[in-house]
Amino acid sequence: MSWKVWLPLFLFAGFLGLAAYQLTQPKDDFVESRMVGEALPYFDLPPATGGVEGAATTDFQDGTPKLLNIWASWCLPCIAEAPQLERLKEAGVPIVGIAIRDRPEDVAQFLARHGNPYSRIARDDLSEVQLAIGSSGVPETFVIDGRGYIRYQHIGDIREDDVATLLGELEAAR
Amino acid sequence: MIAELGHAALWLAAALAALQMASGFLALRAAEGSEIAALVRPSAIVQGALASFSFAMLLWLFAVTDLSVKLVAANSHSLKPLVFKLSGTWGNHEGSMLLWVTVMSLAGALIALIERRLPDRTMNATLGAQGLVALGFYAFLILSSNPFERLPVPAPEGLGLNPLLQDIGLAFHPPTLYMGYVGLSVAFSFAVGALLTRQVTPDFASAMRPWVLGAWVFLTLGIVAGSYWAYYELGWGGWWFWDPVENASLMPWLAATALLHSTSVLASRDALRVWTIMLGVVAFSMSMVGTFLVRSGILTSVHAFAVDPERGTFILILLGLFIGGALLLFALRANTISEGQRFNATSREGALVFNNVMLSAILAIVLLGTLYPLLTEAFDVRVSVGPPYFNPVGAIFAVPMFAIMAIGPLLRWRQDRVERIRPELSLFAALVLVALIGFGIVANVAILPLLGLALGIGLAVASFLPLRGRSLKRVPLATWGMVVAHFGIAVALLGMASESAFSREKLAAIEPGQTTQVGPWSVTLSDVVPVAGPNWTALEGRLSASYDGSEPVALTPQSRRFWAPPQQTTESALSTRWNGQLYAVIGDRSPDGRWQLRLWWKPFVTLIWYGGLLVALGGALALVGRVITDVRRRRIAARIVERRSDREALA
Amino acid sequence: MMRFIFVALALLFAPPLAAQDTMPPAPFAYRQLDDPAQEAAAQELMETLRCLKCQSQSIADSDAPMAGDMRHQVRIRIAAGEAPEDVRAWLTSRYGDYVSYKPEVSAVTWPLFAIPGLLIILAGAVLFGRLRKRSA
Repeated sequence: MSWKVWLPLFLFAGFLGLAAYQLTQPKDDFVESRMVGEALPYFDLPPATGGVEGAATTDFQDGTPKLLNIWASWCLPCIAEAPQLERLKEAGVPIVGIAIRDRPEDVAQFLARHGNPYSRIARDDLSEVQLAIGSSGVPETFVIDGRGYIRYQHIGDIREDDVATLLGELEAAR
Repeated sequence: MIAELGHAALWLAAALAALQMASGFLALRAAEGSEIAALVRPSAIVQGALASFSFAMLLWLFAVTDLSVKLVAANSHSLKPLVFKLSGTWGNHEGSMLLWVTVMSLAGALIALIERRLPDRTMNATLGAQGLVALGFYAFLILSSNPFERLPVPAPEGLGLNPLLQDIGLAFHPPTLYMGYVGLSVAFSFAVGALLTRQVTPDFASAMRPWVLGAWVFLTLGIVAGSYWAYYELGWGGWWFWDPVENASLMPWLAATALLHSTSVLASRDALRVWTIMLGVVAFSMSMVGTFLVRSGILTSVHAFAVDPERGTFILILLGLFIGGALLLFALRANTISEGQRFNATSREGALVFNNVMLSAILAIVLLGTLYPLLTEAFDVRVSVGPPYFNPVGAIFAVPMFAIMAIGPLLRWRQDRVERIRPELSLFAALVLVALIGFGIVANVAILPLLGLALGIGLAVASFLPLRGRSLKRVPLATWGMVVAHFGIAVALLGMASESAFSREKLAAIEPGQTTQVGPWSVTLSDVVPVAGPNWTALEGRLSASYDGSEPVALTPQSRRFWAPPQQTTESALSTRWNGQLYAVIGDRSPDGRWQLRLWWKPFVTLIWYGGLLVALGGALALVGRVITDVRRRRIAARIVERRSDREALA
Repeated sequence: MMRFIFVALALLFAPPLAAQDTMPPAPFAYRQLDDPAQEAAAQELMETLRCLKCQSQSIADSDAPMAGDMRHQVRIRIAAGEAPEDVRAWLTSRYGDYVSYKPEVSAVTWPLFAIPGLLIILAGAVLFGRLRKRSA
């Protein structure tokens, strides 16, 4: 007996500590990709709409770091990040878009309304590339270095203060 | 005015809870027959009355839809049917907490009124503990979740017209769970009271037992109902997901089951004193932990109630005070309480101890699996723990438990010999073995469902063996309760195993007029028609399903679209036979014009919930049996006292 | 029972339809494989993979488009002859252990397996101690 009777109290104290700590932590539901640091998996996708080019893994191996933007015309936060993508484009960053489960006419309409910051836009109707690079939602943005390796993942829409971070990561990937 | 009355009553009730607590604990130190002790019972009774009044005022506010009250405006609507206006009272955080504390104070009042078995000191300590717990909840209500808060400007109309929340099941099942939790809080108070006075006696166990039984019956009903609701509402035919919210309701049930059995040992045999006290504390702490996990929102998946860290903090503080305090008291006192009567390993007590340990181990596994993702998140690693973990790891402890459960009730108290029950033992072993061989080799069933089927069959028969050779009329009601509850467990186990082993799934894309097969059923899609409800439109599949060539039955699964708020739901259609259920869901139309149908044939799936209901029925029988015995005993005692005084008067 | 409240409220907070795509589901999202053995293997695997867009549901229990795309991936990979555990490994190498409801023994998860082992020993010790010394 003796010391054993203290055991429940210690276990409970451990639970209290853990619960109290977790209460103070901001809750995010982000699932980070394990593919950061890995080579971009192979893909070769057709264009998402008329007048744009599709994208393939080989497009990322030309020596220039690029952004890979996972988005969709039906996604509301994607509208919110459109101005930031525009700024990144103006800073000279090539942005490759991959439209998830999207229709060509919707993509065209989105581009007409919110601008087109993309150098290429591919369509991914089965979320194949999204799953292959460990992305779990739209929008997400990946920094890909000039050899085609994934260097950084940004989850959620790009806010104004994220632009500098992304530019920094692009610079680091050079 | 009504809101202010309710609010005032709440404050007064809180003051009386404080008085109940203070007088209860002070009476412990005071001399025998001191005046302070006289305050305890009345304050419990008045507190119960005030809390009920407060709750009645909230009911009234909801009944008349007083839109100047914030809670009403946020959760009700003038056009709701009255029954849903009333059920809306507890369909939200504040109201449900008020309901909880009301039921708790009524339980306290009931104990104060009728419980006379225990020594006064233990009684006062119990009511003192009850007052302390209630005071915590009053503080929570008044300081951070005031249900009577007024709006500066009355709202023009209420917000709560969501049709999904207007479900008769949803209206009456949350209270079921609170009753269970409250019952466990009473058991907790008894345990604390007994610890304070060190009087852990069979009388204490008999006084506590009805509360544990009642709590257990309500928890069982709540879990059964929730499981069936998830089964037909979610549209994928699953009935248990090991979701953290479900685990939060399962853990108190496991603890209550263990507590129930060890209370029986203590009441009948004066053994397992320390263990019973420990379980009394654990059972209530599990309901508090569950409430915390659900309402603080710290676990992914838990979106029940508006999540609010402030409330989470408050519940956590209460949890720390009550459970930490009780465990500290336990650690300080446990060594001074002797363990009670001794018994042989081969005895009823031995079997009960074995199953208590197994239940506690299962509880530990569920708790571990539920909290583990939370623990790794603290180190920024996210993991998931689900059925592939809970099922096999739980089975390690569940399998021996079911085996012992079959033979335990056949053993005598204190000391017995295995030889005496050899025929029964052989019967059970033979049944299990035949089922194992039959289903394992012939039907090639996977290991876990195979064990479930074999043990379920063996246990279903074995649960009636305690009645063998007894005159059925003279078997006490409580024994019937045990038999029915054990049989219910076997039935539920068979349902679970059968569902897992023999379910057939068919995902079909067919045009109207075509037929598809699932198990013994052939299902024809005759048509798909649009239908409209009060605030939704739906596409309704008209199916005719024929079991093995017999007369077809009509099924109408729907895919509903609500427009305010816009959301899509699937309404499954079920066809129940004695030997299982056909489960049909209609999905979207594919571009080529065919309709997606999801069909399941689930043999004997309904046994899961019928078994659960039998378990609850068994608990209810035992409860009634115990109460009747108590009343009778009390009458006899009163008669003896009467005769004695008569005799003294004559002398 | 609490799942009740949970589901009802989850539906309340469910994203509006406007934020969902309108594309038809992936070919194998709602279509079973022709080979019953392969379909059974795929089904068993899908029940143990987490839908990343949902609140605590497996991809076998979800109507979310992404769950459908994941089911499609699982089915075509199984149909191509991959072992279920390889498919699981493919997903965990992208999403970490979070995507699998079946924890694997690792530096992070070993207590999940050590503690039940400890419990067996503990339960054995408690029973042995309690039941043996009492044999009067």
